[in-house]
Amino acid sequence: MDKKIFIEPLFKNNPISVLVLGICSALAVTVKLEPALVMTLSVTIVLGFSEAIVSLLRKTIPNRIRIIVQLVVVAMLVILVDQILKAFAYEVSKQLSVFVGLIITNCIIMGRIEAFALANKPWPSFVDGIANGLGYGIILIAVAFFRELFGSGTLLGYNIVPASWYIKNGGFYENNGLFILPPMALILVGMFIWVQRSIQKELIEE
Amino acid sequence: MDTNNNFYTIAYATLMVIVVAVILALASSLLKERQERNVELERKQMVLRSVHLAGKANDAEDKDSYIEQQYAKYITDSSIIENGKELILYICKLDNNKKQYIIPLKGSGLWGPVWGYISLKDDYNTIAGAVFDHKSETPGLGAEITTPAFYKQFTDKQIFDNSGKYVSVQVVKGGAAPGSKHQVDAISGGTITSEAVEEMISRNVNEYLNFFKSNLENN
Repeated sequence: MDKKIFIEPLFKNNPISVLVLGICSALAVTVKLEPALVMTLSVTIVLGFSEAIVSLLRKTIPNRIRIIVQLVVVAMLVILVDQILKAFAYEVSKQLSVFVGLIITNCIIMGRIEAFALANKPWPSFVDGIANGLGYGIILIAVAFFRELFGSGTLLGYNIVPASWYIKNGGFYENNGLFILPPMALILVGMFIWVQRSIQKELIEE
Repeated sequence: MDTNNNFYTIAYATLMVIVVAVILALASSLLKERQERNVELERKQMVLRSVHLAGKANDAEDKDSYIEQQYAKYITDSSIIENGKELILYICKLDNNKKQYIIPLKGSGLWGPVWGYISLKDDYNTIAGAVFDHKSETPGLGAEITTPAFYKQFTDKQIFDNSGKYVSVQVVKGGAAPGSKHQVDAISGGTITSEAVEEMISRNVNEYLNFFKSNLENN
């Protein structure tokens, strides 16, 4: 049971390419590989714990204010993560600063809490949160890999394309500027969805 | 138990807000001291980097105390009064007894504040070094102002042209003219942030020009 909860979000039921949740941040943080990794880690942690907490509270939450309760839990976790990083990993927290707001509003978090944590026990909810965070991360990292490689000629900040290849140094190569602009992220995500749908025929609508 | 009646809902909301507030307040006050120390250390490191004296900080065994030591050794906090306004000016005394003047910069980028430090040699014209940082520029685009590829370009540029006119440093989209003493390359895809850096340098340094002029005349 737990194994299926963990495996499915990674590919078969991936939050980005199948559920189409969390697209906005997938466009914003994938210019470089490093912020994509940091974002994956933070979303995974916040998602896991917020699903676990909401699941623990699920029988007590008044239905009329349940969205507010969920948001408060998520916002509190994000602020805590941010505060702890600021105190103990200042460099990481600086990179993350832009994305903290994005984590709170990340549709995957509300989506998974509503769809899973409200109906399941804490442990499966926690597993579901971690798995969905990782599923989200796989797409993010794949997109960021191509965008950084073709857009900047680097990976994790290290040069991959030899400097002598560039036209300005007498070579033949030029970085593709389209890759560092947001539309290319959308095109890449679209291509991943295309590949996935041609593998998983059952996803194709009539 | 009926979790949908009004009393329960209100009581639940109230309790939840109090619990969350207590947790966050506790976290904030427990971590505040460390956070402020990090901010202060970062400022010191940036000041040092603008005069190329923080180079070994990342290799140092204890980075924090290395920065504190270097700062205490080389940098003097100082300020000048200009038009009734107090302006911060850090003075760096190098090993060869030459002085460099570090000006703090503040501006606004595309999404939030940008800031940095720029240091001038004792001719008050040649830039010894510059560093920049930002709150929330786009990673990979505007945020590239923090990379050496961008800020190293400023070293050895001049803020006055040959006729002695203040021109600051221009950040040029599409690439600086080769050999130019007053131009650097802008960041592709980060034009607004690049322009913000240009404006920030021009405006902040401008405030110190009278002081530099009178210093030059007195020598």
